[in-house]
Amino acid sequence: MYDGGKIIVGLIVCLAFFMSPFIYDAGKAAKAPDPELTPKAKEAKECVMDTSYMKTSHMHLLDKWRNTVVRDGERYHKNTGNGKVYYKSLQVTCLDCHSNKSKFCDQCHDYMGIDPYCWDCHIEPEEKK
Amino acid sequence: MGVNRRKFLKIAGLSTFLGLGGKTAFELLAPGKLEAALPIMAGKRWAMVIDMRRMNEETIAKCQEACHREHNIPDLGDPKVEIKWIWAEEFEHAFPDQENEYIPEKVKHKNVMLLCNHCSNPPCCRVCPTGATWQREDGIVMMDWHRCIGCRFCMAGCPYGSRSFNWGDPRKAPKDLNPDFPTNREFPTRSKGVVEKCTFCDERLAKGQLPACVEAADKMGKDLVIFGDLADPESNVRQALSKHYAIRRKPELGTSPNVYYII
Repeated sequence: MYDGGKIIVGLIVCLAFFMSPFIYDAGKAAKAPDPELTPKAKEAKECVMDTSYMKTSHMHLLDKWRNTVVRDGERYHKNTGNGKVYYKSLQVTCLDCHSNKSKFCDQCHDYMGIDPYCWDCHIEPEEKK
Repeated sequence: MGVNRRKFLKIAGLSTFLGLGGKTAFELLAPGKLEAALPIMAGKRWAMVIDMRRMNEETIAKCQEACHREHNIPDLGDPKVEIKWIWAEEFEHAFPDQENEYIPEKVKHKNVMLLCNHCSNPPCCRVCPTGATWQREDGIVMMDWHRCIGCRFCMAGCPYGSRSFNWGDPRKAPKDLNPDFPTNREFPTRSKGVVEKCTFCDERLAKGQLPACVEAADKMGKDLVIFGDLADPESNVRQALSKHYAIRRKPELGTSPNVYYII
């Protein structure tokens, strides 16, 4: 093999370069998110749907909400469980209870590496530092 | 509100299949039952009647301020990029089709309060390629900012200049002109690259409230600006229109605007 040494060194350098993020983060697992409930949310006990549904499918519910509210003018939501009626609004209803956006929403979204663009328009609650 | 054709066929097919036919299908298809029990302003053809005889620069400015504060519309300090849902314009510019040369000076140069006309035949909706603007069943020409791609066809289509484009992020508006922006934390702002306009305060109607400008006008005088359902012959707007002679902007274009001006 001509220039075998250079090729092997080159390969090792390349491999080390591409592996560097894994080597750098080795052994350091990112902290699993632990969404925090505000006292108000705790007191309410139940969200607009049951908790397990909200954990897995809140994005689908919000997507459905934005379409039905804006396009069909259906602005109220009924919890199929307890029959309570809610005003469908991310900004007014959701964030009224979950006013700790950074601890409730962002934590998981950051962990999962997703960046929803809701907040480009919908105003975040002011959080106390 | 309504059930679209696909949903209708699905429900009708399923209920027939299950042999439940009549009652169940009727219950499933009854639209807006939840809404019916709540305080919502419902209409078939919303319209506005503005009494220009009693409006002046100051009252227009108050209505505009109420609207712009309600909907988080910043003052960008530059007319080239301004966002406006309500604005003032001189009579001869607002009504260029009024070809009477000899109208009284005080009318000719009087400011008129302008806003989206919520046309019955809206050209903006015909040109929108994404369905981001469309006409609701109650006549409101609505906007879905989630869907707007900012192509500005609607701005070219609107003969009234009722639409504004966000050339930049409204949250980056100069702080000295907008010290308390966003002014209404219950309403969203828009993002860069989206067209916006008056929506006849659909979000307020859903709570049983009158549009923000009408509410502001009511504080300054009775029936200065009135809002109601043109489809209802007993409504306040129909009463006002039958009592006073009113004109609309550029009706010859066939857009059938729903904002009337008593001159």
